[in-house]
Amino acid sequence: MGKKLLMKGNEALAEAAIRAGVKGYFGYPITPQSELLEYMATNLDSRGGVFVQAESEVAAINMVYGASGTGVRVMTSTSSPGFSLMQEGISYMACAELPCLLVNVVRGGPGLGTIQPSQGDYFQAVKGGGHGDYKLIVLAPNSVQEMADFVYLGFDLTDKYRNPVLILTDGALGQMMESVEFPEYNPEEHLVDHSSWTTVGRENGREQHYITSLHLLSEKMEEINIHLQDKYKTIQKNETRFESIMTEDADILIVAFGLSSRSSQKALELAREQGLKVGILRPITLFPFPSDELKRLANSVKGILVVEMNAGQMVEDVRLSVGSNIPVDFYGRMGGMIPQPDEIVQKIKDLSKQVKI
Amino acid sequence: MNEELIVAGFGGQGVLSMGMTLAYAGMVEDKYVAWIPSYGPEMRGGTANCTVIVSDTNVSSPIISSYDTAIVLNQPSLEKFEPKVKPGGILIYESNNVLNPPTRKDIDIYAIPAAIEAAKLGNKKTMNMIILGAFLAKRPLVSVKSIMEGLSKVLPERNHHLLPVNKKALKHGMELIK
Repeated sequence: MGKKLLMKGNEALAEAAIRAGVKGYFGYPITPQSELLEYMATNLDSRGGVFVQAESEVAAINMVYGASGTGVRVMTSTSSPGFSLMQEGISYMACAELPCLLVNVVRGGPGLGTIQPSQGDYFQAVKGGGHGDYKLIVLAPNSVQEMADFVYLGFDLTDKYRNPVLILTDGALGQMMESVEFPEYNPEEHLVDHSSWTTVGRENGREQHYITSLHLLSEKMEEINIHLQDKYKTIQKNETRFESIMTEDADILIVAFGLSSRSSQKALELAREQGLKVGILRPITLFPFPSDELKRLANSVKGILVVEMNAGQMVEDVRLSVGSNIPVDFYGRMGGMIPQPDEIVQKIKDLSKQVKI
Repeated sequence: MNEELIVAGFGGQGVLSMGMTLAYAGMVEDKYVAWIPSYGPEMRGGTANCTVIVSDTNVSSPIISSYDTAIVLNQPSLEKFEPKVKPGGILIYESNNVLNPPTRKDIDIYAIPAAIEAAKLGNKKTMNMIILGAFLAKRPLVSVKSIMEGLSKVLPERNHHLLPVNKKALKHGMELIK
């Protein structure tokens, strides 16, 4: 590990991307993500990559598509309204199996909404977002350190599966400063040989490479869909990641990701001081979702509380995972508000009463 | 040691940089730190605030509902954050910018006329360092040396000639609160 630096989440993510060997960054400014783009504008050209400020998010994602076709590491970053604009291009990339790293520093919606932090884009991130049957691999950091760490992981996963990877974070994690250490990482040791499909000019009379998401024959299109679904199953099997905090003896299980898992951790400390046995399951990958671990924990806890910065989105996946045998309660704040630890403690107490602890 | 504080005032008073300097200083001393600003329209001339956590152990949440210390530099911030200081905590306020002083009896309250003192030092912008000095006199979380190292990171290099006057302000603030 290198030395400790104090950085904003947005800056740490950008620095990690440069260290991970990103060769192309294409984006359009939007709060609360702009420091990321600014960092790239200042640093990427002199450190071996290309920075382009596109004329819109639609243009940016299509530049990502084009650059990815050359097989180098490429990325874009934006915030909620901008991410909505990118959905068409992302669906194309998922179908064409193009690797790329996407970053959504989520702000409160719907609409132009607010520039304050939110997790209101969960559904959009894990259920497709654009048209057609596709999945992104979705990583949810909860600290500035993970904002950096998940960039390396994200690039490795997108190269491995030829599937777009999304880092789903929020305005607070983007804007806050914590100390961060960048790991030793030599991109050369991680790069995957993409030469079997990249469009970089034909040599030696090799077969033509053709990257497209348009397949007018239904038989062919179904074949591609089956292949994609198989790939998603493999990803589910191999790449599900989560963090368990004090779940062994827990009566109440909090399920929370990203920033709300940090508030929940404080709530856990406060509740444990009052003798309430609380644990946390934090999904790190939102797709693939840690359903099996949740199912396992549902056998030992008495109630589940899902905490999110939205009207209740991940809670649906929690309910799908654990069924109806156990009470699943929800606490959320919306529109840029953040669940406060003392509010979560109150919900824990309410749920404890309900399940007679 | 786990100190959770809020620094609040008008944009331009050095609220965010004061907090950031403290966070840097904490990191210099190998402590766990977090700095989280209010950002957006309120920064552009309105009220601004930042939460700073300096801790010997990992910071569980940067989002907190109550504070060990509140440093407030104007009336609206005083009204917002006085009720959120934990019992037994500290409230330091800039007395030139506050007409209706705080009233709580269960916390330690200090009035620092930092704006006037900064003017006396010949640089009004050092007001935030006077306040920070006063805070550190009461809660010596980090050394003056670490603060100066932090400040040299926060101040752009073109302003590094101002480091000495800031150091003077910091020490002056420490004297003022005694």
